[in-house]
Amino acid sequence: MTITDPKAPRADQADLDKAADRPDDADQWTAKIRHAAVDALPPQRLLPDRQPAYVASWIYIFGVTTVCALIVVIGTGLVLAVMGPNWWHVSSTGLFVNSLHLWSVEVFFFAMVIHLWGKFFMAAWRGKRKATWITGVVSFLVSVGAAFTGYLSQQNFDSQWISTQAKDGINSTGAGAVFNVTNFGQMLMWHIVLLPLCVVVLVGIHVLMVRLRGVVPPFAAKNETPGGDAEVTTGSQVEA
Amino acid sequence: MSSESRRAHRKARKFVQDRDVPDWHGRYERYDLVKEFLVAFVVVVVLVTGLAVVFGSPDDKPVTIKSWSTADPVDFAQTAITELDGSSGTATYGPPYNLNGPTQTIGPLNPEQWMGVHHPIDTADDFVLGPLATLSDDPGTRAALVEFRSASSAQQTAWTTAYEKAVADATSPGGKLVVPPGDYGPVGTIVSALTSMARSGALDGALLTSRQFYGTDYTKPLLFIADGQYLGNLATNDHLAGNQWGMMNETGNWPGQAWLWLYTLWYQVPPANTSANGDLQVFAIMIVLTILLALLPFIPGLRSIPRWSRVYRLIWRNHYREVEGRTGGSETSGRAPPIDNPGRQPAAVAG
Repeated sequence: MTITDPKAPRADQADLDKAADRPDDADQWTAKIRHAAVDALPPQRLLPDRQPAYVASWIYIFGVTTVCALIVVIGTGLVLAVMGPNWWHVSSTGLFVNSLHLWSVEVFFFAMVIHLWGKFFMAAWRGKRKATWITGVVSFLVSVGAAFTGYLSQQNFDSQWISTQAKDGINSTGAGAVFNVTNFGQMLMWHIVLLPLCVVVLVGIHVLMVRLRGVVPPFAAKNETPGGDAEVTTGSQVEA
Repeated sequence: MSSESRRAHRKARKFVQDRDVPDWHGRYERYDLVKEFLVAFVVVVVLVTGLAVVFGSPDDKPVTIKSWSTADPVDFAQTAITELDGSSGTATYGPPYNLNGPTQTIGPLNPEQWMGVHHPIDTADDFVLGPLATLSDDPGTRAALVEFRSASSAQQTAWTTAYEKAVADATSPGGKLVVPPGDYGPVGTIVSALTSMARSGALDGALLTSRQFYGTDYTKPLLFIADGQYLGNLATNDHLAGNQWGMMNETGNWPGQAWLWLYTLWYQVPPANTSANGDLQVFAIMIVLTILLALLPFIPGLRSIPRWSRVYRLIWRNHYREVEGRTGGSETSGRAPPIDNPGRQPAAVAG
């Protein structure tokens, strides 16, 4: 049995750094993943304090507003989940939390739709940003599903009516066989577990891709030649 | 392909305005991302709290079979007989509930039929005869059930047809169901007993707990309620019907799922609003549009719309004012030496 002296100096970060990245570690999976992550998103790119001068418009606010509203949606949803599905029907506090949840969803979609239209008119997929665009569109679609299952999980007249109407559309595609909108338990699970998880993961990937590629530059001005003598971009804007 | 050959390939590739961008070599400016995020978060929290305080949220009580049969016993009885004789909306629906109705198709596409029955429902047994069989302490109901079940199919049809005609003229003075007399055998007793069971609240429980103690599947009671006129009338009064932009609305004046406007739009216009395959047509349209939206960056023509629209000049108006206001070539090329570039990799705000 080895007895460790508690007063012995602990290997500090410098020692760890010294020990890391030895040549014989080159084939180590952990080292490879760390190197790839740091190469792709070094701290100054992950959390920059400078932006190209063209990033100066109110339209840029709506992306971050969408993320902020999503945080409020998740936070209020967590409170509703902790207290259970019946709470907000019998408690004035619960009804208020439900109101916060509802309005944060409305703000979320309002901001997200403006963000999407803004990015459309900026042709924000240019310069190897196609995957950023696609993850954004998919995030929007999954969010629609998350909100829809939320409306189905309300246990009130709205959820009754929406489920009995929506079943025809869902059933017509054959999806009703496995996605039963009149099954409250199933819809609640989709609403509070599966779809929020997908939305958060997708939005996370989307934001990281924005960090990776940067904000799309403007189209050429009237007195510029489109493309100029520039090298076609990789999407990751080069430093000067 | 090595990184050098990839770079050479990119250099050789023709520049396409709607696909490519030149690298940015212009000016960089201070941008406090964390501060922006926190300010935005506070604004969102204040906005959401204000909206919640001022407008709240709707919570209209659900319709139960008890409340329905009490408020409109005639509609309940008229619906119950269609469940018994197999002519209700659910009884003739088709997959995923049964095989008694047509499926929606587009050409050879018939996904409902491909998936088949996954939530089997026999409305006569599941909505009427089965729940009544649980009333073991009512000899009159038991006898009526035995008589109905032991009758021939032709006799059952004769009884239910006669009752269906009679109940069309039913009234409910003082909330009591009164059906004109007729030759409908035990069916009158059966529907009357089902109405009593419904008004006691027992039918709500019987339809929900028919499978297990802890039930969360409301398929049966919801379909039963939706087969009647009562739920639809309430929804129409609250501007929720399909031709009133349906389920994107919400009870009262709350905004509802406004983001479903495009989906709901197709239900207001031909062919979906007149076709028996309307639901599948709407979904097909939306699937195609969604794929086009997601793959927009790859579609020549569509991906040029933003450039043609010139809305981008409004978004980047400061940039264009600055660039186009200059004279001389070097600075307007977008390759001016950075004034305030810290030599760091730029990245975007969340947007």
